[in-house]
Amino acid sequence: MGLFSPEEWQIVALSLRVSGVAILLALPPAFALAWLLARGRFPGKVLLDALVHLPLVLPPVVTGWMLLLAFGANGPAGRFFAETLGLTFMFRWTGAALAAAVMALPLMVRAMRLSIEAVDRRLEGAARTLGAGPWRTFFTVTLPLTMPGVLAGLVLGFARSIGEFGATITFVSNIPGETQTLPLAIYAALQVPGGEAAVTRLAVISVLLSLAALVASEILARRSGRGPGHVL
Amino acid sequence: MSFEIDVAIERGEARIVANYTVPKGLIALFGPSGAGKTSILDAVAGLLRPVRGRIAVGETVLFDSERRIDLPPERRACGYVFQDGRLFPHKSVRDNLLYGWRLAPADQRWMGLDEAVDFLGIGHLLGRMPRTLSGGEAQRVAIGRALLRGPKFLLMDEPLSSLDMPRREEIMQVILRVRDELRLPILYVSHDRAEVERLADTVIPIGG
Repeated sequence: MGLFSPEEWQIVALSLRVSGVAILLALPPAFALAWLLARGRFPGKVLLDALVHLPLVLPPVVTGWMLLLAFGANGPAGRFFAETLGLTFMFRWTGAALAAAVMALPLMVRAMRLSIEAVDRRLEGAARTLGAGPWRTFFTVTLPLTMPGVLAGLVLGFARSIGEFGATITFVSNIPGETQTLPLAIYAALQVPGGEAAVTRLAVISVLLSLAALVASEILARRSGRGPGHVL
Repeated sequence: MSFEIDVAIERGEARIVANYTVPKGLIALFGPSGAGKTSILDAVAGLLRPVRGRIAVGETVLFDSERRIDLPPERRACGYVFQDGRLFPHKSVRDNLLYGWRLAPADQRWMGLDEAVDFLGIGHLLGRMPRTLSGGEAQRVAIGRALLRGPKFLLMDEPLSSLDMPRREEIMQVILRVRDELRLPILYVSHDRAEVERLADTVIPIGG
């Protein structure tokens, strides 16, 4: 398509890859944390709740800096991943995905937690009396009933990831083709004299992407067959 | 087949002590709301753990605090018909009916889908979702689901209370047929005297 330049398509592709990997990365821990917070009874639950929400209230730059400390070349987590999996994060798109995942996590946990709390536990009891063990009950009753919340969490997380700026630029910088996602590209274009046209085109892409995500979530929620379909 | 229930149940602040050994047929636990009748059914089903005591149905010990026996609900071979039906909202009527049937070992099943559908007159409902069913229809499906699980006995918790009068009569006929034609022992909870007098072979007053 001639409307956007190859560089702009590359930016879109990178943004989609970073956000897609981010929410897939965040999904398992988000669901586990949502489950713990919804169903668990343990000391320190309030503290865990607060920790999960921290990226939501911290200045994103601080989150980025903490990621730099932990996952940088000399950080303990950074060294661990480099030595065991050969995986590095600094100045790489993987780092952008990690930053986006951390920033999306609280929103994903919130959405999933609400849907887990909304499951009528008496239905789980009914499944047990019908011969289902705890795991089968989870996979045939609880999980399907929490699906709208899981989908809502994925959409929210994806939207948050697409827009992620502060933690990303702090942690992995603004490198075209590697870590320069849509918001970072818009920021870079704004710094260049005569970049207004590029800014406008990138902003239009952002709006279209966000709309597509919302429409997709609406369709998914309707297909899951429950409620009016509003997941946000 | 007899029910032996001798348990102490902690429920909030209240403690319910139940101690009965009762014969076969339809046994009604009869008493006012809040007397703990449902808690006793939940304890028999394994959904509520008594503080101590013993529950046995026929020859099978389901719970015995002294011998540390506590069968999980899925191994108690009971069919539980709840007050509110409690059908799975995300599954069709057919999949609700077959949920327990599919999980039951072949030698434990004693009824097939076709037979249950005929018995309850619910053939026209199979493709529907639970939220589209009336109260009476939902309760029929709930009874079918419990029967298809291949239970050795049934627990029924006020299965008529959410229904209007004509539907009550209809479901009462179904319950009488379960009792007389299928000869399944039933532990039945109700606060309605007329209902209990009509259905029960044995009445056990609870609380009040």
